[in-house]
Order: sequence, then C-alpha cells, then structure tokens
Amino acid sequence: MRGISQIFPGVKALDGVSISLYPGKVTALIGENGAGKSTLVKILTGIYRPNEGEILVDGKPTAFAHAQAAIDAGVTAIHQETVLFDELTVAENIFLGHAPRTSWRTIDWKRMNSRSKELLQSLESAIDPTIRLKDLSIAQRHLVAIARALSIEARIVIMDEPTAALSRKEIDDLFRIVEGLKTKGKAILFISHKFDELYEIADNFVVFRDGRAVGHGELKSTPQDEIVRMMVGRDVGNAFPKGAVALGDAVLEVEKYCHRTEFRDISFKLRRGEILGIYGLIGAGRSELCQSLFGITRPLSGRLTLDGREIQVRSPQDAIGAGIVYVPEERGRHGLALPMPIYQNMSLPSLGRTSRKGFLKAANEFALARKYAERLDLRAAALSVPVGTLSGGNQQKVVIGKWLATQPKIIILDEPTKGIDIGSKAAGHGFISELAAEGLSIIMISSELPEIIGMADRVLVMKEGLSAGLFNREELTPETLVRAATGNA
Amino acid sequence: MPRILKRRETLLAIIIIVMIAGFATRAAGFAEPANLANIFNDTSILIILALGQMTVILTKSIDLSVAANLAFTGMAVAMLDAAYPGLPLALLIVLAVGIGAALGAINGFLVWLLQIPPIVVTLGTLTIYRGMAFVLSGGSWVNAHQMTPDFLNLPRFPVLGLPILSWLAIAIVLMMWFVLTRTPFGRAAYASGGNPTAAVYAGIDVGRSRFLAFVLSGALAGLSGYLWVSRYAVAYVDIAAGFELDSVAACVIGGISIAGGIGSVIGTVLGALFLGVIKNALPVIGISPFAQMAISGVVIILAVVFNARAEKKKGRIILRDRAAKETLA
Repeated sequence: MRGISQIFPGVKALDGVSISLYPGKVTALIGENGAGKSTLVKILTGIYRPNEGEILVDGKPTAFAHAQAAIDAGVTAIHQETVLFDELTVAENIFLGHAPRTSWRTIDWKRMNSRSKELLQSLESAIDPTIRLKDLSIAQRHLVAIARALSIEARIVIMDEPTAALSRKEIDDLFRIVEGLKTKGKAILFISHKFDELYEIADNFVVFRDGRAVGHGELKSTPQDEIVRMMVGRDVGNAFPKGAVALGDAVLEVEKYCHRTEFRDISFKLRRGEILGIYGLIGAGRSELCQSLFGITRPLSGRLTLDGREIQVRSPQDAIGAGIVYVPEERGRHGLALPMPIYQNMSLPSLGRTSRKGFLKAANEFALARKYAERLDLRAAALSVPVGTLSGGNQQKVVIGKWLATQPKIIILDEPTKGIDIGSKAAGHGFISELAAEGLSIIMISSELPEIIGMADRVLVMKEGLSAGLFNREELTPETLVRAATGNA
Repeated sequence: MPRILKRRETLLAIIIIVMIAGFATRAAGFAEPANLANIFNDTSILIILALGQMTVILTKSIDLSVAANLAFTGMAVAMLDAAYPGLPLALLIVLAVGIGAALGAINGFLVWLLQIPPIVVTLGTLTIYRGMAFVLSGGSWVNAHQMTPDFLNLPRFPVLGLPILSWLAIAIVLMMWFVLTRTPFGRAAYASGGNPTAAVYAGIDVGRSRFLAFVLSGALAGLSGYLWVSRYAVAYVDIAAGFELDSVAACVIGGISIAGGIGSVIGTVLGALFLGVIKNALPVIGISPFAQMAISGVVIILAVVFNARAEKKKGRIILRDRAAKETLA
C-alpha cells in the first residue's frame, strides 16, 4: 500500500504511510501505543476506508469498500483477542460465511468437517472440528483463526499481537506455523511489542510513529537500539513543561501492592505537589493498579498509607472520602451520566457536602457547579441542561470539575489527553501543572512519551504487571522508558 | 433532562385532556368532576404500583413481580383479618407494607449479590409469589363477609369529597417526588441507570441503589395488596393477574426510559392516568374489552416509538455540537 492517510475528525491517525509486504516474508510493524498500527490494520481489512492513498495487490490498485471485499482480495487478520464465535463449532468458525454447500444449497456438513480437519492437520493440530470453540484454549483458538485464514485462501495474513496471551511454548508452536505459512508464500504482517519475538520471526520491519512510517528495512541487520530510537525519535525537549514546584512530604505510600491476576509487588511514594507518571504498554497493568488504589477492585495484599496513617480502600466511596479520585480513560463512557443535568453530574461524588441532614440542596449543588464551571470555562446554556447535549470538550470539563469539586488530595488521571488535539493538549497540561502547584499530588498514566517526560517528576514503568523501574526526572529519556517497558536491557 | 421531558409531559397531559373532551362528546357526563374523580380513584392503585416500578426502571432494572407481590400480600392480610378480627387495621397495613418490602428485598438481593439479570429474577419470583399465595390460601377465596368492616371501608371513606384511596395516591405521589428529587437515594437511582460505570466511579453503590429500588417497589406493591383486596372486597390467588404489565406500560407511556436514568414522577402519573382514562372510557362509548386491550397495546408501542425517537434526536444534537466545537476551538 502506498501513501495511505486516515483522518479522523480532529486527529490525523495516519499520514501518508506506505508499506510493502512480500510473499514468503514476515514484516514486523513496530510502534508505540497510538502510533497508528491498528488504524492501518483496519484499513487493510476494509473496516475503514483511507481518505487518501491506494492499496495495490499484485501491482493492481484495489479498493476495499467493506470487510468482505478485503477477504475476497485475500487479506485476513488474526486479532489479539480472536474474533470468533464461542458457541459455534470449530468447523463452523472456520467456514462461517463461505461454508461448502450441497446441491440443495444447504450446508454440506460432511465436507465442511473434513475440510476443517485437513486444514487443522496442515497446521499440525489434531483439534476435532466438531467441538465448540469455547472448549478450546486461547492458543488453539489462534490455530482456528489461522485455519480460517487458510480456508479463504488468504495471501496476506495480518497478525495483531497474536502472542499477547500465549505462553512461551504456545508461542514456539505459533512461530512454527508462521514459518509454514512463509513457505506457502503468504505475505505476513506481524504486529508485536516484544523485540525478542520479532527478531525470531520477522524478516523486514516498518516503524510507525505518530501516524507516519519513519523507518523500514531488514530486521536482522538493524540493531534494536536503532529501532527504539526510530520509535521515539523526536524532539522531546520541553514541549510540555511542568512548572517548578517544591515537592512536599510523602502524601501517599504504596507498599507491596498485589492483585490476584493483574499486578504484583508495586511500591511507590507520592509527594505533595508531585506528578508521578506511570508508563507502560497497553495491558501492563497501569489502569488496573490505579483502579485498585481507587477501590474499584480489591488488592490481594499490600499497604496503603495516606498522610502517615494506614488506610483501607474497599470501595470508591472510601477512596473519595480519603481524598483520592480517579479520572477514567474513557471519560465519555465512564465519567458522566449523559441524561442528567450538568449540575447533578458535577455534584454526584460530593453529595455528602452539598446535602443537609440527608436531603439534597439544589442551591448548594448549583453553587458548587457554578464555581467549577467558571474555573474551567465551561460553556453551556444553563447548568440544568443534560450533559449529553454538550460538546465533547465541555463534557470533559464537567468530568474534571466533578472531581475537583470533591477537593481531593490525590488525583489519578488515566491518559488525560488521549484523543485530544494538540492545542487542547497544551491547555490540559498547563492545567495539570497548575493543580500540582496548588499542592495536589497527581498520578498520571500516559502512553505518550513526550507528555510523560515533559510533565512527570518521576516515572514508574510497569511491564506485564510488575514494576520495571522508577526513574527520576533527570533520568527520563524516551530510550530508558521504552527499554524498561519492552523489557530488553 | 427537563426541557425535552417537560415538553413530553405537557404533551401527554394535553393528549389526556383532548381524550377526555372527545369522550365527553360521545358520553354525556364523562367530563363531570365526579366522574373524573372516579377515574382518578380507579387509577390510584396503578399510580402507586407504577411509581415503584418507575424507581426500579430508573436504575436500569425491571420488576415483573409487583402484581404477584400484591396478590400474595393482599391474600395474607385478608386472611389475617378474617382469622383475627381483633387485629388493629394500622397493624395490618404496616404488615402489608412490610411483607411487600420483604418480597421486594428478595428480588433486590438476587439482583445485587448474585448479579442475576432483573428480568430473570422477577420473572421467577412472579411465579413463586403467586404460588405462595396459592399455598397460603389453599386456593380458596376470602370474601367480603369474612373481612371486618373497618378493613373494607377505609379506602372508600370520603375526606373532603375524595375517598382515602385517592388521598393516599396523592400522598405517595408527593412522597415519591420528594424521594427521587430530594434525597441522595433518588439521585443515586438516576445515576445508576444513567451510566452505571460513571456512578461506580462517583462512589455510588449501584447494586445497593438497585436493591433499595426493589425494596421500595415491593413496599408499594404490598400496600397496593391491602388496597386492592379491600377495594374489591375479595381476595383470591389470581387478583391483579397481568397487572405488572400495566405498571410497566404506565412508565413507558410516561416517558420513563427502559434503558434507565430518564423519567419523572409526573410522567409516570400521567402515563397511569392515560391508561385509566382509556379503561374507563371505552366501555362507556361501547367498545368491547378485547378491543380495549388491543388499543392499550397500540398506545404502548406508539409511546415506545415516541421515546426512541426522542432519544435519537439527542444523538444528533451531540454530533452537531461536535461540529460546532471544531469551529469554536
């Protein structure tokens, strides 16, 4: 494909990207979260249509009007979480949409099952095609997805982080299959964050950064450091400066925080006026850690000390009461009750303070909402209109206002500027600095290196649920963070 | 919520007035105050039940067991009154509310702690509560002559020209308006249905809000159990069969969103009155009961279509604003 651009309202997700895939070769697609990898996959599989550029298959321009068109052209994708049907049999999953028919136009079950068996055998797998998908392991499901790809005689196979949920042995099996696909002449696009795996399996690479292809070549002859530099290589400088704030004493102390399945042994201290960044790849357990600090989930073990006193956070009520608030990543979906008026959304976590003797006082709620609406420059016809009628930016202000109104000591921001255009981002960063200067302590989860390096006093890097290092401001470079997060020394 | 909804509620009020005027041209005296008071009194139990139902629906749940709860509670207090005529009426009423609340609490616990979908829970308890009414009574009836005069007469006792039943409905309307707009529980109910995830993040216990909504709905159903039995002067297993659907219909017609989080007390009251007017008017102008059911059904579907369209319009507003933001920013 050549010169592909994808423009979403307000955000350019892909900008003039060109990549080439060759039969019998594995091309690795590398990039940070949000670099545009998934957008490219969606374009290649016909889910999005590019605004510019063209896709050439065997040198012929092809347009994928919809997902079926991509399949017809021989492109198939195997996703991170396989998109298959749990309640259907293996054979049905493989042949869904193109099942062999009898002369009566009904489904030819016999042929479907025997063909499925053949396909699975060609993948060295003895899965019975008549059992239901839900009885298979994740690795086996991947095999079914690959068999499906083979059944439609796909020539281009996209694998979007296929190893994310696999154990080492299953990964070895998968790689053997990928080698098999290579010898069959399939062109493979392999997306992964793990360098060791990529060096094992890939021939070529393409690096994406901020929606642009910034480098490509032969993987074997390119050292890893160079690829890391391409991934992050930009002038980080002081694009998002945090104002100088004298850090106070430790406000929050987290010791040996563990969760049954999501994270283990996380410890850090948060000081007054500090911005602590948490960096890591998607699925590293960052949000899960913060959600348990906020009482959405319970930790298995660990101690939490606030202002020198040990506290128990069993529910969000406890956290809010203690002065810890959490602004979720999906602010639209998790932040607001859209049918409710602005003032009621704003006062929702603060009802204890605006109520008198257990009854709501609308006047107090309005006063509270007005105060924060003014501070945040919220534009609305009236504070009694439903939040759903506001623009996205103003909705965000309601979310922020609602949390500031609880007068927290610690505010946890999950990807605070995700999906916001550059101009609003700067304003957002200015505002976060202001809060820190007022003595609030901030935990900021971010996947954006310039943001986290510019804003954070210290950064905790997480990798696969574990702490992969705590870095001070002067140690922060894109390379150190990415290296810690991807786990290659 | 206010603007769109208020308009919808005024619209509904206007439709009801037009309907009454229309019926009055066919049946003289239909619009007489005495007849209107009669219709209101007839609809009182539906109003009380629908307000409980509404609270449950606001939290993104549904209570299909209200009518079965009513039947069981009604049977229980009627049998108690028949067996122990000496029991004070106040105690029986408190018992009715208490039994109803307990049955509602069972629904609430299953929804809250076991996380079973409300429609499944209450479909099950609907059958169970009816069955309990059968087991309790052995299938026999409690007739008027077995109940004490006080028990039977309280709801019809007139005060200032209206029977106590009507006054009770008015009092409960006021109480529910206060609970839903002036207490943290009411706010929590709206938030739990409007966006459960956001509610959790705001420190609201969504499960507990649902539980309380079911208890409230059960308590009102229990009270309705006594009112029904005394008003119709008979208790048997099948009283108010299918009435849970009327309570849901009143909510839907009144603009309560089945998806939760949207609706007002006044809407529910108007929705119930709308059904009440139709029920009272159609026999007067000579339409068969079967046609009545069909007409009620058509009205319910129209109301749902109307609600769905109103909600869709909201989506368009967001998009337009988004476009506006682009130029603003």
